Amino acid sequence: MKHVVVIGGGVAGMEASAKLSEMGVAVSIVEKADKLGGKLNRWDRLFPNSRPASDLLAKLQSGMGKDIRKYVNAEVSSVRQSLKQFDIALSNGEDFKADAILISTGFDVFDAHRKEEYGYGIYDNVITSADLEKTFRKGETLKTASGKKPQRVGIIHCVGSRDEKAGNNYCSKVCCITAVKQAIEIKEQNPEAEVFCFYMDLRMYDRHFETIYKEAQVKHGIQFIRGRLSEAFENADGSVMLKAEDTLLGKPLKINVDMVVLMAGMVPSSGNRVKEQLNLTVAEDGFFNVADAHYESSGTNVPGVFVAGACTGPKTMENTINEARSAALAIKEYLR
Amino acid sequence: MKIEGKKRLWQDYQKEIATDNYFYARSCIRQNFFPASEKTFLRVMREELNKDVYEDPRHTTCSGIVYHSDLVTMDTTMTVIARQFSLMTESGRKNYVPSCITSFGLYTEVLEMWEHFPELETKAREMLWKATGREFEKPENVAHASDIIYKFRNEIASRGKFRLVNHRTGQPLRGVEHIGCHYSKMFPHKGVGGAEYPYVLVGMIEAFGGEVVDYPERRHCCGFGFRQYVVKANRGFSISSSRKKFESMAPYKPDFILTNCPGCPYFLDRWQYAISEMEGVTYGENGYGIPVLTYEELAGLVLGYDPWDLGLQTHQVSVEPLLEKMGIPYNPATKYLGAQGQDLGRPEKPSVLKVY
Repeated sequence: MKHVVVIGGGVAGMEASAKLSEMGVAVSIVEKADKLGGKLNRWDRLFPNSRPASDLLAKLQSGMGKDIRKYVNAEVSSVRQSLKQFDIALSNGEDFKADAILISTGFDVFDAHRKEEYGYGIYDNVITSADLEKTFRKGETLKTASGKKPQRVGIIHCVGSRDEKAGNNYCSKVCCITAVKQAIEIKEQNPEAEVFCFYMDLRMYDRHFETIYKEAQVKHGIQFIRGRLSEAFENADGSVMLKAEDTLLGKPLKINVDMVVLMAGMVPSSGNRVKEQLNLTVAEDGFFNVADAHYESSGTNVPGVFVAGACTGPKTMENTINEARSAALAIKEYLR
Repeated sequence: MKIEGKKRLWQDYQKEIATDNYFYARSCIRQNFFPASEKTFLRVMREELNKDVYEDPRHTTCSGIVYHSDLVTMDTTMTVIARQFSLMTESGRKNYVPSCITSFGLYTEVLEMWEHFPELETKAREMLWKATGREFEKPENVAHASDIIYKFRNEIASRGKFRLVNHRTGQPLRGVEHIGCHYSKMFPHKGVGGAEYPYVLVGMIEAFGGEVVDYPERRHCCGFGFRQYVVKANRGFSISSSRKKFESMAPYKPDFILTNCPGCPYFLDRWQYAISEMEGVTYGENGYGIPVLTYEELAGLVLGYDPWDLGLQTHQVSVEPLLEKMGIPYNPATKYLGAQGQDLGRPEKPSVLKVY
């Protein structure tokens, strides 16, 4: 039986493993965290329909049958190609041969500390979208550092995305809709709160996105201000002063909010270290190159090595799952 | 505010600062604004720290003040800077220390340009040779004079006679700090602590026993900003910038303002008087202003130098409230006497701002 090693046990890795296993391929999945699921373990509800992330995770887990060998708390420590096979060694001492490799290492959340002027890690009431998601996941109410319900919340789009200073010129694709989703969730928790979204332009490209965006404005009264935040500063009472320019009005703007949520973008995963060992190429954005952007998006420059999910660039959950299935088919074809 | 977050960030912005054998270049304007600051720097370095600091009377402006006013081209600026470096080379020193923040920014900018575009360095060398017959070596280390005081802040504190502590209550005095724009905003890694939460002045205040107060408009311009003041029609921007800072810092009741740029202390000091005349508003305690210090003046006070030798009588805002808090003795009778004991006269009293 042909053997495929899947590196990365998030959404793409799980779905591809399930499909490969269904097609009669032996699969080993390697995950550096202590359980499979990747960032789905941290998210609360998913756009566009507010479905619980745990629900999707359960669906993915149902495909992870006993035939799939699972290695958690493990990383690939070395990988070497010999003829048409790969010799793989794990950090836990295991080693095996593989006929193909699927890389599904996903992405890392942009380290918002790097946008120093926004004060993440310094001001008490500046958090990231990932932090907010964690709060919601725990079923907690959003509160300021002093334990009060925030009455004014600023949501900052494009943190670490489309940003020359951060070295990331690309769009992270999911932040705009995540901002709208989280803004609505804040309003659902506290209808009296005022929520301001600061954006460059809103990329509501996918199905239902525009509907949610409209709902945010009409039903929830969320305010969208076209202007990038220039800086944030903490006031004596712990509230945060935001300075931006409203580019539609053509005027500088200064407002105080009780909390700030930074929509941290996606960056290439630090788990992409296998690229050197396999001589895989990455694009200037740091994400893996694919063999053919239109026709072979699961392939790489190395025969037998495939990619799926956000390791080739930011994408939605839906696209990630589709890519995982596509990669499983491409691998099955390759192994024939 | 999470101080741990700042400390983590400060670790990313540590720079190399030479420890001796400096070539010192004065500022065009500081000797008029705060006449004893540069003299105090030399005194601290030579007499307290036994450092070799060389000055060449032939050195000129770095041209920053006209470069940033769009009056000279970059070619001219590069040639002037090349000549400054040639004087340093002639002196046998390799560590360049400008007194002025804009000079520091401009030297850094030119050196960065030469690194990325070596043809510009070649051009500057040619222009200097044609104009003066001089050659030069680039400095091994460029540090602003405030970097040097920062580097030796603990030595100064250990030799000091006074601390930034209220001698009556034992409580740390509260200071706000303001770095010059050209210190690290262009090249954050060239400044101690970076651009957003700079540490260079914070480190001094902490070492001297004081406490730093952060306030919302800390990053806002002091009110100098070259064109804001140099172009007369723009001076409303200048005073409104300073006013915005005072309004923001006043609720925190700072005991003093510490700066490291030629323009910042001048405008933060003088505009307090102008605002008091225009609006009847003062920002210090009991109708006085908030004293504004240069880093050399602060080091001098800590070391126990006579406040009038430090030139503190030339400030618009009276520094006496700060001296009294620190327990520094001063003689009002000698405040306006010159170096040879001559009477310099008395400044006219403002109508609103209280002065000693």
